[in-house]
Amino acid sequence: MAHLSASVYTSHVPAIGAALDLGKSAEPYWQPLFKGYEYSKQWLKDNTPDVIFLVYNDHATAFSLDIIPTFAIGCAAEFQPADEGWGPRPVPMVKGHPELASHIAHSVIQQDFDLTIVNKMDVDHGLTVPLSLMCGQPTSWPCPVIPFAVNVVQYPVPSGKRCFQLGQAIQRAIKSFDEPLNVQIWGTGGMSHQLQGPRAGLINKEFDARFMDLLIHHPEEAAAISHIDYVRDAGSEGIELVMWLIARGAMADVNGGPPVELMHRFYHVPASNTAVGHAILKNS
Amino acid sequence: MALDKPYLDVPGTTIFDAEQSRKGYWLNQFCMTLMKSQNREVFKSNERAYLDQWPMSEEQKQAVLDRDLNRCISLGGNIYFLAKIGATDGKSFQQMAGSMTGMTEEEYRDMMIKGGRSVQGNRVVGEDGDAQAHRQPQGQHSPQGAH
Repeated sequence: MAHLSASVYTSHVPAIGAALDLGKSAEPYWQPLFKGYEYSKQWLKDNTPDVIFLVYNDHATAFSLDIIPTFAIGCAAEFQPADEGWGPRPVPMVKGHPELASHIAHSVIQQDFDLTIVNKMDVDHGLTVPLSLMCGQPTSWPCPVIPFAVNVVQYPVPSGKRCFQLGQAIQRAIKSFDEPLNVQIWGTGGMSHQLQGPRAGLINKEFDARFMDLLIHHPEEAAAISHIDYVRDAGSEGIELVMWLIARGAMADVNGGPPVELMHRFYHVPASNTAVGHAILKNS
Repeated sequence: MALDKPYLDVPGTTIFDAEQSRKGYWLNQFCMTLMKSQNREVFKSNERAYLDQWPMSEEQKQAVLDRDLNRCISLGGNIYFLAKIGATDGKSFQQMAGSMTGMTEEEYRDMMIKGGRSVQGNRVVGEDGDAQAHRQPQGQHSPQGAH
């Protein structure tokens, strides 16, 4: 039987990828940020899973206005890093896990979450920047990755509550897979930021700290935060934080199991326009 | 019954909902074509002719030519689509976001390094934060920044 061993939470700012790709990570601007992920890189080396289920959002890359799926699961064998306008990032191709992905799609749809199944898509910085932050610059990623894209571009986006419940359904789906795979779930995006209009550049450290506290200790309360509260307090793009709730909903403690263990917590302002948050939770 | 839109009173902020998306359909779809390097070259060689290939409004085309991202957004553009124009120009997300505030690139970058824009006074239209309409444009070189 497959099991979910840990969850990772991290922002996925495109400038972080650019800093790595252009060899700027040792510059004073970026150094404190990458320092916050040193523990995490070692932790992932010591705890490499068989598969990463990576929750992210597509930034008008694979999905234009032609098709806007609320929840899309990547079931392909491989996913190419996308050209988002600057040329594709020079990072490894992402290998999928079609068997587990199809199994999760089957199980989760039967639990009343109507996923869109995607057998062909390129993946953007939302997916590749978290991999870079956690793995550095390897020639290949350490394990297969199942991309799970959430619409946070066009309103209405799924609620925190719905995302949390979806995480619970994903956890049940993973548990029911026959092979003994070690799976991690990553929730990415956020924290507070706004990329548009005269209010661009909004950062709210108090909101972010409270969100992290709730996420770790009282996730149901974090899941109750409404869309408008994210927009007012964390900026229009802060809504990406609902994706952290999918990962959190998959952890053992909110599915009748023992308490989770906090392995690492980090926060830094700014990376470009954004507050960067990061945490690792382990099932005991 | 009218749809509930509780997000219309956030200052300096446009939520990209189905109505905005409908207005901006061709503007945003044009942006998607800039994800191919060949198209970026064709666009740069004659922007007007490139834009004329899509049934965008004249206002939308002019906003793109002017690189007026606030105007693009009011006409239905979404920042993740519009970012493809910025990428074509070799601009970062920080440069694009900053351009919507009236601040210089340096002023905006400094604001971010100092911890970003405060939410105080910027939650609801009618407060007195720096993102409110009566305080635009921002920055030292703007009329507002002078006093």
